[in-house]
Amino acid sequence: MEKLEKDVALLKGLAANHASSIEHIYKENYNMIRQLVMTNSGSEDDAADVFQDTMVVLFEKAGSADFELQCQLKTYIYSVSRRLWLKKLQQHGRYFKVDTMEETADVEEDLEEHQQMQSNFVLMEASMQKIGEPCKGLLEAYYIQKKQMQEIAIEFGYTNADNAKTQKYKCLVRLKKLFFAEYKTL
Amino acid sequence: MKEELLMDAVERYLSKEMSTEEFSYFEELRKNNADLDLAVVEQSHFLNSLGKYADQKRFKKSLHDIELKLKLNGTIESSKVVPMGQSPIVAMFTKYKRTIAVAACIAGLVSILLSTAVTSIGTSDKNASLTPLFVKLEEQDKKTKNLQAKVIALEAATPEVARTPITSKFRATGFMIDASSNYIITNAHVTNQAKNQLIVENNKGEQYTAEVVYVNKVDDIAVVKIIDERFKKLATVPYSIKNKNTPLGQQIFLLGFPKQEIVYTEGYVSASNGFDMDTSFCQLVTTANVGNSGSPVINQQGEVVGVISSRETNDASTVFATKSANIYRAIQQARKNDTSTNVKLSSVSKIKGLSRESQIAKVSDYVFMIKGN
Repeated sequence: MEKLEKDVALLKGLAANHASSIEHIYKENYNMIRQLVMTNSGSEDDAADVFQDTMVVLFEKAGSADFELQCQLKTYIYSVSRRLWLKKLQQHGRYFKVDTMEETADVEEDLEEHQQMQSNFVLMEASMQKIGEPCKGLLEAYYIQKKQMQEIAIEFGYTNADNAKTQKYKCLVRLKKLFFAEYKTL
Repeated sequence: MKEELLMDAVERYLSKEMSTEEFSYFEELRKNNADLDLAVVEQSHFLNSLGKYADQKRFKKSLHDIELKLKLNGTIESSKVVPMGQSPIVAMFTKYKRTIAVAACIAGLVSILLSTAVTSIGTSDKNASLTPLFVKLEEQDKKTKNLQAKVIALEAATPEVARTPITSKFRATGFMIDASSNYIITNAHVTNQAKNQLIVENNKGEQYTAEVVYVNKVDDIAVVKIIDERFKKLATVPYSIKNKNTPLGQQIFLLGFPKQEIVYTEGYVSASNGFDMDTSFCQLVTTANVGNSGSPVINQQGEVVGVISSRETNDASTVFATKSANIYRAIQQARKNDTSTNVKLSSVSKIKGLSRESQIAKVSDYVFMIKGN
């Protein structure tokens, strides 16, 4: 039981983007996933990619309100990575040769959800690439770097925070148009 | 504007920043107005997606940093082992695929050079009777050239120890607007790349240290000053800077550094506003490539009418330039921020009415590569 508590704490840290939790999870699991991918026709880079994608799945799950860890974190990570790598291999008409862990968790549903979220992410990324400066920089400063409007006003050369805010909303409207335009091309 | 107000309202609504009264009023509005309700649903979806996107971006940045750190200090493995199930030679090929491709390119170039050398030997052989004269001339020429080279080398070596060129992370373009104090205009998105060093390089490959004087991200304009004492001042800039909008259809040309040498391109002004009606910019039809950022856009009268900033992702010929009037605004603002900044723009173009070739020849010395790291 103690083990699970520790895992839950780690996941909370992960959801809050705490470097110490992320580092801990990396240390305890990375080499296992690396081994899994590399003994099944993957490269060093493939292993890093699979692990990163797994971490993103975990991040999404840990951030949602209804997430409950049904098994050990290690098992969950292994199961997600395994499934992700298997899909990749199947795309190239290949299968697993070596599977080290006996027990795996059912992660099918979680991965489907992840897939959906990911398509939104891709759309947003594409729209961001199209929006151009200064909007891209401004929106990133506000939403990703979480900077204050005052700070943004100075950095982008607006006379005050209110002007920066007006520009932010103009950019948002523009981004929204691009986002839904992308949506329709799907 | 209406839509921006709504965006503001929905964002505060979702993040629960509304007061109780405002919240219930907004709920009431939604109930009674189906159009508004639909718009709210749409905007909520958009803002949620944006929020998740931003979270994930931030998270991926952390992941990346941590992975790098752990690999560097060896906490997690990263040695290149040959994966099982692949013959070592295949694995080696996958690993070095890119290097092999590069090597092949180099081999191609080398063989071309080699074949040229062979041809020239062949021709000199044919005209054996003439060869000695040529050789002599060449020898004479070589001697003078050697002397010149020595003089240049001496000149370069005298003031200080020879400098090694900096390793730069990017290359873009900039052009001088005031030759008496060495002020140069480029893009804000260019100077933002220079976290440590900013270097201005002329078409002879000489590099000079520069500093950023003023940046305006909205207009994508930056004022840069060469502060290197080795830089020899140039004569007054040949072009003037236009302070008015440019009429549609006006023919323009660009000079910039999409490669390690100056490149000339032509085009015309196709719209008075930029991407999505951005009034700071105008739209051009021309070809601009990576490295052209910061290139001056010059009209037939020899006036700078804009500065290349970006191009449409899906259409390489649709290029956006920040209007030259923004240069005036930038230097006014720079002056306000720091009264020691005193940029003088020339109002008369010295290249008006010249042939295009002479215009290019005169302007080239004032267009620089902007590099840095």
